[in-house]
Amino acid sequence: MLLDILRLKMYFPIRRGVLGRVIGYVKAVDDITFSINSNEVYSLVGESGSGKSTVARCILKLYEPTEGRILFEGRDVTRTRGRELLEYRKMVQAVFQNPYLSLNPRMSIADIVAEPILEHTGVGKDEAYRAALELLERVGISRELARRYPSSLSGGQAQRVAIARAIALKPKLVVLDEPTSSLDVSLQAQILNLLEDLYSEYRMSYLLISHDLSVVRYVSDRVGVMYLGKLVEEGYTENLFENPLHPYTQALISSIPEPDPAYGKLNRRITLPGEPPSAVSPPPGCRLNPRCPRFMDLCRREEPPVVEVEKGHTVSCWLYAKV
Amino acid sequence: MGLNEIASVLKLIKSNPLSMLGIIIVATFIVIGVASPYIAPYPSDAWGYSYNLETRLLPPSPRYPFGTDEMGRDLFSRVLLGARFSLIIAVGVVSIALVIGVVVGLTAGYMGGFAGMVLMRLTDMFLAFPPLLLAIAFAATLGRGLFNVIIALALSWWPWYARLVYIQVNSVKNLPFIDAARIIGLSPVKIMFKHVLPNSITPVVIQAALDMGSAVLEAAGLSFLGIGVPPPTPEWGLLVSQGWALINSAWWLSFFPGIAIVVTVVGFNLLADTFQEVMDPRLRSTMVMRGM
Repeated sequence: MLLDILRLKMYFPIRRGVLGRVIGYVKAVDDITFSINSNEVYSLVGESGSGKSTVARCILKLYEPTEGRILFEGRDVTRTRGRELLEYRKMVQAVFQNPYLSLNPRMSIADIVAEPILEHTGVGKDEAYRAALELLERVGISRELARRYPSSLSGGQAQRVAIARAIALKPKLVVLDEPTSSLDVSLQAQILNLLEDLYSEYRMSYLLISHDLSVVRYVSDRVGVMYLGKLVEEGYTENLFENPLHPYTQALISSIPEPDPAYGKLNRRITLPGEPPSAVSPPPGCRLNPRCPRFMDLCRREEPPVVEVEKGHTVSCWLYAKV
Repeated sequence: MGLNEIASVLKLIKSNPLSMLGIIIVATFIVIGVASPYIAPYPSDAWGYSYNLETRLLPPSPRYPFGTDEMGRDLFSRVLLGARFSLIIAVGVVSIALVIGVVVGLTAGYMGGFAGMVLMRLTDMFLAFPPLLLAIAFAATLGRGLFNVIIALALSWWPWYARLVYIQVNSVKNLPFIDAARIIGLSPVKIMFKHVLPNSITPVVIQAALDMGSAVLEAAGLSFLGIGVPPPTPEWGLLVSQGWALINSAWWLSFFPGIAIVVTVVGFNLLADTFQEVMDPRLRSTMVMRGM
């Protein structure tokens, strides 16, 4: 295992008044366990507010988790600091959704890509900039552009620069937080192809955060489905897409548009009534119970256990539990 | 500020006569401030080292354009040299206040937490006093002298910059490129100075440059009250104050230094208005509509 997330919880306190009294918590991530293997693309899917980005930010150590542990290559990195944190940072990098906002507008493209190299390796300036230019060339950014500033790049180019920065330290895991969702469709394919090429070239792992299920299906080895801070289902991509078990996953997958209208009628569209409830006071029992089409009385009373239905395919739903 | 903004400032200055006037005044002030020891017609009069009883209190004439003072010194030379002291004070006050303000605002804004709260409450405490009153208190405690005037004014001035920097930092620090810098593993100090500061400093620096007019005015105020620069320094406020006693017989003694103060302050204010128009997108669009 490259990365293990064990019973991770991230609660954000809601404060009120002058003294900042805590009046409640947003339970953005509530007891999640999963693992990412070496050289694997793992995707987290779910609607906005399901907590998938929060998981990513915990892994990137931008948030200090409320509870739970994060193991990287077997070592506990949950509260790691100083020297050890720097070592961890070298191995875990990220690409964000908005490429313009993730590049410092006051730095040239070459500066941006050379920065991590200068920070972590003992090489001199010349060496670092030569490496930066090579990386930029690898992702398809010419030498002429390297002297320019982010504002003069197109969205696709800016995202390529962000990718070059992320792979500059040859990380073992790259967190891709909606890397294509702010790009045009034609550019999305280019960026995805670039990411795939780099993936096999550098032999790293990706954690892809996305709500675009067609992209997820196309690139991932395994998929985890999140709903309101919980991981409701996890499995190998084909199993999960061919045979979704959780009512939420079924609804999610039935919402993927069918490119060929001839097959359009095969899948009936499942719609869940209402909207996801607030993460401040989630419903008792199964989080989906107020919206679930296959709701049973038990779902409101007790949280469903995690059931392994087939090898590597787990679901957290009472329908599959042997009571 | 990017090239586009600079270009639009220049365009605005060219098209607006008042902006043009502002920039001419400020440029003249700076040139005179730098060159006055070399261009003053009577340099020793300017510094106040000489006296000549035969030329006492002469009204303005071609030989003495601003007249002479009670020691027979050429007032024109003294007013010219006064620009240098005003410039030194203005630049000194604003840069010291800027350094303190940036350090306090940046630390409080980026680090936050308890230390940040303490720093900002301290800033608020200073902001609660009228700045001139605070400057008077500092100046009176420190005693007279050019350096003490600068310190006194800077101490009453920095909280404004600290606030401004703090607000800017708060709007920048949550942008994804700051997260990216953290993920790379940069230290908080590096992130603050390399990533946060360059992206929040522009409005602060512009504000500071434009505040120099107010610094000139307040320094003159301190000198006028007798707690600023000591005589015989030809500081404008001091010249006005010294001429005050003879205002009935020799009006020029207070008049010309007073005019110098007014013109300089107005020049900086005109420039400030120009920048404000450029910075405010709503005003900018109306300027485009007016064809400016």
